[in-house]
Amino acid sequence: MDHIYMDHAATTPMDKRVIETMVPIYEEVFGNPSSVHSFGRKARRYLDEARRTLARSIHADEKEIIFTSGGTEADNLALVGTVQANRHRGNHIITTEQEHHAVLHTVEYLEKEGFEVTYLPVGENGQIRVEDVKNALTDQTILVSIMFVNNETGVIQPIKEIGELLKEHQAYFHTDAVQAYGLLDIQVEDLGVDLLTVSSHKINGPKGIGFLYAKEDVKLNALQFGGEQERKRRPGTENVVGAVGFQKAVELAMENREERKEIYNNYKETFLQELAKHGIDFAINGDKKLTIESIVNISFPGTNVEQLLTNFDLSGIAASSGSACTAGSVEPSHVLSAIYGKDHACTTNSIRFSFGLFNTTENVIEAAERVASIVKRLTKK
Amino acid sequence: MKDNKDIRVVVGMSGGVDSSVAALLLKEQGYDVVGIFMKNWDDTDEFGVCTATEDYDDVVRVCNQLDIPYYAVNFEKEYWDKVFSYFLDEYKAGRTPNPDVMCNKEIKFKAFLDHALSLGADYLATGHYAQVRTTDGRVEMLRGVDDNKDQTYFLNQLSEDVLSKVMFPLGHMPKSKVREIAKEAGLVTATKKDSTGICFIGERNFKEFLSEYLPAQPGEMQTLDGVVKGRHDGLMYYTIGQRQGLGIGGAGDPWFVVGKNLEENILYVEQGYHHEKLYSDALIATDVNWIQEDKVEKTFECTAKFRYRQQDSGVIVTRLEDGKVKVTFKERQRAITPGQAVVFYDGDVCLGGGTIDEIIKDDITLDYVG
Repeated sequence: MDHIYMDHAATTPMDKRVIETMVPIYEEVFGNPSSVHSFGRKARRYLDEARRTLARSIHADEKEIIFTSGGTEADNLALVGTVQANRHRGNHIITTEQEHHAVLHTVEYLEKEGFEVTYLPVGENGQIRVEDVKNALTDQTILVSIMFVNNETGVIQPIKEIGELLKEHQAYFHTDAVQAYGLLDIQVEDLGVDLLTVSSHKINGPKGIGFLYAKEDVKLNALQFGGEQERKRRPGTENVVGAVGFQKAVELAMENREERKEIYNNYKETFLQELAKHGIDFAINGDKKLTIESIVNISFPGTNVEQLLTNFDLSGIAASSGSACTAGSVEPSHVLSAIYGKDHACTTNSIRFSFGLFNTTENVIEAAERVASIVKRLTKK
Repeated sequence: MKDNKDIRVVVGMSGGVDSSVAALLLKEQGYDVVGIFMKNWDDTDEFGVCTATEDYDDVVRVCNQLDIPYYAVNFEKEYWDKVFSYFLDEYKAGRTPNPDVMCNKEIKFKAFLDHALSLGADYLATGHYAQVRTTDGRVEMLRGVDDNKDQTYFLNQLSEDVLSKVMFPLGHMPKSKVREIAKEAGLVTATKKDSTGICFIGERNFKEFLSEYLPAQPGEMQTLDGVVKGRHDGLMYYTIGQRQGLGIGGAGDPWFVVGKNLEENILYVEQGYHHEKLYSDALIATDVNWIQEDKVEKTFECTAKFRYRQQDSGVIVTRLEDGKVKVTFKERQRAITPGQAVVFYDGDVCLGGGTIDEIIKDDITLDYVG
């Protein structure tokens, strides 16, 4: 049985070319970029070049790129770092009910630390409303954090409009762009964001590295101490080989972005058409017109997630849903709860399929067939 | 005949040594083994920690050692509705329930079995100490060979149909052997302590736990003749035959719980382990399940257990209407407790069982027992 990976929003396989770029760095570049000798300088050169590429990819200055261990750390730094440094200007944070836990759990922590948090609701289409942001703003608001593309539904959020709205407001605007980066055109000036999170392993790069874009004038406290790296905002010896791999992944992503968008969209359409052809009952969560090419979230009435995911895996289909609790069982999706309400059936019968490098038209068709036959079996009365 | 590799067996894994070895043995026999952890109870504390996390982690580690896929399934709602509600209702009624029997009936061998079947499983396996025997298409349940570990008492509510889809890979071996196999295979659970007590209470104080769900109503402790001997903390905290925690001092033999008066909230106590009020000669059981119902006579002799790990006693069973039976004891029995299970055996074969409802002596129902 062939295993088919349909979970690229969780993580992606590394592009072979990324691996090929990294191997010689492992072998030849081991210096500490902070060292004042030739070994250190050599490493520093690679790091600087990687930083330059990342900055260019979002039309930022290289000084505005802070390397982190990944998306979660970048989100933590963006949120905790800015509100701590700007407490004198206010204590109000705005975010949404559908953020990734890297943001949600961080603001919950900040709430316990005395900050006030407004959680914006999510519309039936999977988007938050700019109007709601406007109404939630007060002169105490110091940070607005709204994700670019929701990781469960794939729905693209109105980031540019919110950026426009916040132009005249003191609040910093952070967006977690982990699911957007690589497929959407991101120009930080144009979007009006002050902080932006990106992760390498979601775009066929290595794990363990990501970055936070922090606009030049953003006041940001470090959360770690012990070194001068990343202009003191993120001390610790840099992950040079990771940065080089990340750089290569970014170059590849930028190179043929439009082409990949089309390919992933074809996968999505093919998958949906095939499911429909097999005559099973299903519905798409979130307005499909608003979703990113690589993600589709499907509700299968009359089933439940644990049954579906286990059956899928036993038949070689890797997909996911919501977030796993620590004891392994699947909790109702907080994103779908935000859209439909807490006890709605869709929160416990929906699966996210996400397309990427692992897929081919053939394996997407094959996956649809296996999914359909499982759903048929489970819904047969 | 299908090859073992084409037979899918879902193993209910708790993170303990028994289910770990059950999975190991099935894997060695070449079955298509799938490990599944059941989460039935949410005891997440203020730090976001739940005991299930650690157990699941052990399941993950064992399954990785065995190279079998592992998953989890959540039956918290089903457990609450079918087991915990029953548990509280029984305590409210002054009885001593057996949640393990109910859990096996409603969760492990119903909801969980259905889940396993929905995954294309041919069999569900657990680490219970019991045996399934199939003869000419008929299925029986036999005691586990380890007398001290036999768990058929808790499995008395399973039907023949359910048993036909069940495997108990440990039933034919002693517990010591199970530990030995686990150690030899280097399983991470080899030396893990056996879980004790009722699963959802765990190591916690039982009284404290119960008081979180049921209001305790303290009242009087009296002898059956009405002599007040002290106060009790709430009838639900006591069970028939109990000696500990009464707090009655003084001369003579120790005091024991002999009954409860729910209406007047009185706990009856008498002096002496062998006090005659603790003894009875028959009982009525309800919700009786017969594993092979068509083979059970109207009246017959067999042996029975009234508590887990008790020796069998000779009884005469008479079937009544509505799934009830009258069980007459060949010798008087001490401290038969309403709410507990009575389980019937013919030699090593478990015939089925029911819930003890009424206690009888000299043809009179002992109302004072509760």
